[in-house]
Amino acid sequence: MSALTAIRARRERSVERPPGGLGRTPVSYAVLVILGLFAFLPVLVLLFNSLKTSLELGTNPLGPPSSLDFSNFVEAWTRGSMARGLGNSAILVAGTILGTWLCAGSAAYALARLDLPFKRGVETYLFVIISLPVQMFIVPLFFLWVRLGLINTLFGLIVIYVALNTPFSVLLLRTFLVGIPRELDEAARLDGANELQVATRVILPLSWPGFLTVGLVSGLGAYSELMFAVTFLLDPAQMPGATSFLQFSQGFTQLYNLVNAAGVIIVLPLIILFLLMQRRFIAGLATGGTKG
Amino acid sequence: MTQLLASASVESVAPGAVPTPPRRGRLRRRGRLIAIAFVLPALAVNLLVIGGPTVSSIIYSFTDWNGITVPEFVGLDNWVRLLGDDTFWNALGHNFIYLLIFLTAPMAMGLVGAFMLSRIRRGAALFRVLFFIPYLLVSVINAQIWRNLLDPELGIASVLRGMGIHWLDDVYFFADKDLALYSVAFVDNWHFWGFLVVLFLAAMQGIDASQYEAARIDGANAWQEFRHVVLPGIRPTLTFALTIIAIGALLVYDYPFILTAGGPAGSSDVASLLVNRTAFVSREAGYASTMALALSLLGGVFLIFFNILRRREEEN
Repeated sequence: MSALTAIRARRERSVERPPGGLGRTPVSYAVLVILGLFAFLPVLVLLFNSLKTSLELGTNPLGPPSSLDFSNFVEAWTRGSMARGLGNSAILVAGTILGTWLCAGSAAYALARLDLPFKRGVETYLFVIISLPVQMFIVPLFFLWVRLGLINTLFGLIVIYVALNTPFSVLLLRTFLVGIPRELDEAARLDGANELQVATRVILPLSWPGFLTVGLVSGLGAYSELMFAVTFLLDPAQMPGATSFLQFSQGFTQLYNLVNAAGVIIVLPLIILFLLMQRRFIAGLATGGTKG
Repeated sequence: MTQLLASASVESVAPGAVPTPPRRGRLRRRGRLIAIAFVLPALAVNLLVIGGPTVSSIIYSFTDWNGITVPEFVGLDNWVRLLGDDTFWNALGHNFIYLLIFLTAPMAMGLVGAFMLSRIRRGAALFRVLFFIPYLLVSVINAQIWRNLLDPELGIASVLRGMGIHWLDDVYFFADKDLALYSVAFVDNWHFWGFLVVLFLAAMQGIDASQYEAARIDGANAWQEFRHVVLPGIRPTLTFALTIIAIGALLVYDYPFILTAGGPAGSSDVASLLVNRTAFVSREAGYASTMALALSLLGGVFLIFFNILRRREEEN
């Protein structure tokens, strides 16, 4: 309860933040427009060029297309085996999210609300693990995966992603679970709810924003991750969208209309998702944001 | 704890019955076992993927190992080799250039962007989205965007040529050994700085409004306000940003891998690329572990340094 009011108070304060002062805003807007163009124009060129014919690309390399030609998308979809790539991405993302929810959710529940021995030890372990660079373990992990037959499998990559996402997710979810007042589950138990019902009917509905953030960060990571994907998946049939796009772009250099169309297809789900749930995205990435 | 006991007793003990001490002990043990069972999946996956391989990485760094056969203990040989390995120092030097670039350009852009955003009302949400989109996009796509823009025949160069400007004719940003590293860092920066805007903006909005008012009553101009209110107000976030930039620059992999693969002739090689090449292409897994360990130790030094910095701030 007190946590909720604190959050609300902070939100109100940020709405009432000091106005810029009238004389100063034109400069601010000028700088912001320049920065905004720097950030966005390149993305716009990606979109423009994906709609051009090869002929137009030569005469009009960066401007808007003279007509909307969607044939690049059809060609990129088939020649880039994008159905397969995005299908693999979907499996990776879903597996990573579910695995992280399961591992991190149950561990956070134990840390926050159960009588776990060596609590401090587990927490210290998590903090150490979070600050370990992947280079510290990627070499032995690769050869371990070879021996276990997990190399070149989506399942093997999902296990790695789950392991990478779990530590920070546990710490994030724990703060959500600790904030839920104990009187609530005690009341539910008095009404005759069993442990499972307490967890799913009382705790989960109150901590879903935490789970959503964790799912968003780990799913986004699984969709975009590069180093483990290019190292652990060598068979094109197993590659997710991003890495098979990389292969495609290296096979068709300078066919910017075709390759850019494939690129637009890859980022479309991200953009839509982002525009739908902007605030949570930004909060989530700021929490898990250690990606270089 | 008490609540868990209560719940367990609802199931096993008749309501109202007072459990005898041994029974309470057993319940407590059962509660602990349940708690351990809840932690087990996370712990197992972590030990398998991170904990175990981390420990074996340290061991392998003292061996000659190709990843498949039995490793052969060679003492400090790998470490001695590392000290005299020009390829490694070349790559690590590039990481430090990367670090210098990232400590300046994105930091400045992030601070300016966030400060300007904090001073406007209308359109702030739109700008924030625009700045953030490159950070959101997948690295392979961002690389593709800039390969297109910096293409000497089909990019900005050809537009300039059409206008009679020949500055960029035959400039191969990613294939010129004097430009490759900086071009890669530029693209990475374009992708990253928007994240800093969002980070800094959140911190700036947490500054107490009365501090701004006090500065304005004193007649502070925008620069003075930035220098004396905003910068001190977001110091913990600045330290955090420095930390992730330092670690990120030390371990950078994605953009050099996609755009140049370290070339031409090692001119944009970075340490992480070298580690993976040594381990998975040359199959010198033992030596690669040594490199990776050296890199991680350096990262640890950075972390400790920034931790001290943060502590000192908290004391002030």
